[in-house]
Amino acid sequence: MADSFPSAAPPIVEIQRLTRQFGIKMALDELSLVVPRSGVFGLIGGNGAGKTTLIRHILGMLKAQSGSVKVFGLNPVEQPVGVLGRIGYLSEERDLPNWMRVQELMSYTQAFYPQWDDGYAEELRDAFDLDPKARIKNLSRGQRARAGLLIALAHRPELLVLDEPSSGLDPVVRRDILGAIIRTIADEGRTVLFSSHLLDEVERVADRVAIIHHGRILLTASMEEIKESHRKMTLRFSQAMTQPPGLVGALSCNGAGAEWTYVCNGEAEQLRRAAEALGASVVDDSALTLDEIFISRVKP
Amino acid sequence: MQIHISTNDGVPIYLQVVNQIKYLVAAGRLAAGAELPPIRTLAETLIVNPNTIARAYRELEMAGIVEKRRTAGTYVTDQGSPLAKRERTKILIERIDPLLADARHMDVSIDDVIKLVHQRFTLLKPSRLKESNDG
Repeated sequence: MADSFPSAAPPIVEIQRLTRQFGIKMALDELSLVVPRSGVFGLIGGNGAGKTTLIRHILGMLKAQSGSVKVFGLNPVEQPVGVLGRIGYLSEERDLPNWMRVQELMSYTQAFYPQWDDGYAEELRDAFDLDPKARIKNLSRGQRARAGLLIALAHRPELLVLDEPSSGLDPVVRRDILGAIIRTIADEGRTVLFSSHLLDEVERVADRVAIIHHGRILLTASMEEIKESHRKMTLRFSQAMTQPPGLVGALSCNGAGAEWTYVCNGEAEQLRRAAEALGASVVDDSALTLDEIFISRVKP
Repeated sequence: MQIHISTNDGVPIYLQVVNQIKYLVAAGRLAAGAELPPIRTLAETLIVNPNTIARAYRELEMAGIVEKRRTAGTYVTDQGSPLAKRERTKILIERIDPLLADARHMDVSIDDVIKLVHQRFTLLKPSRLKESNDG
């Protein structure tokens, strides 16, 4: 599709054959991934799929054992200043210095970022209803996430990285976070990379998606391509079957008797013809949610 | 403008926006000349990607439902066009088909369904509304 590479500009993140082992566990297995400039990139995968390990490589917190990681064309381990100064990051743990007050956290973080925007920081603090005198350790879970989001956003980073930003948060805070993602990319040229297992959120806000599973990328495409290339078809055969006949392009199948539902990847017309060739009639043909697509991909 | 996005049934989000705006126009809840919210505003309200809203607006423009004006802004076009009528018919068909399926399942004849439609029409006729409009 035309928007696969929205611009000729070099990608924001370019990872090639990255491998990472923790003991005997293969966390990342020759993983390659390109995150183009501008837009929202959703990284989806189950627990232990390798999302956080991948993000830690992008931030230069882990060094590549083999393969390469480039962010803004630079190696984040060798040139941390050139990379980290342009990234806003919110981790799942939202590890903030507990002893500080909100105001202190803001001025402390400001010191690291020359581009820190004081007016914007204050605007966010007000919108998030954060008391400047409150101690971080006394903040509720939601307020803590908002404080983390504030310091990730206030230097207007070129790349905003959010690792499971919504996990364990109530709908109001989740809305703040998703709203911040949307406002960030509405500013020309900015990029958001976020990992999540809440696929309804990803479906709403992501332009592109990568599915990560067992340390590998199973699929990466624009949200439109993913939605348009996957269908759920229910076929009715002339007689009951104990096992469903194989269908070209089928990712998974379940059912019983004469009716079987296939999750397929391919052109709708081609799939229909394949079904007819098996002597089946298509009794239902519908689009899939990202959730269903994800499950059919990781659990064939 | 009341739009509801659901990620439970697989319908692409841009299409949900297109269909609901078409519905609002066909139902007269968005009149000719009404301005649609800016892309960014609607994206933030619905919590969806701005590109998705942009695509929905493009599709609506191609279908002749809305037009971009040079001064910026997207407006509902004049609804006298045959295309709008076709949309209205399409929306009604989408609602009639499930009704007919239900009727068949419950063994209700088509004549009885039509009779029922007439009955409901008489009952729901907005007589009071008419009076207040006339007066």
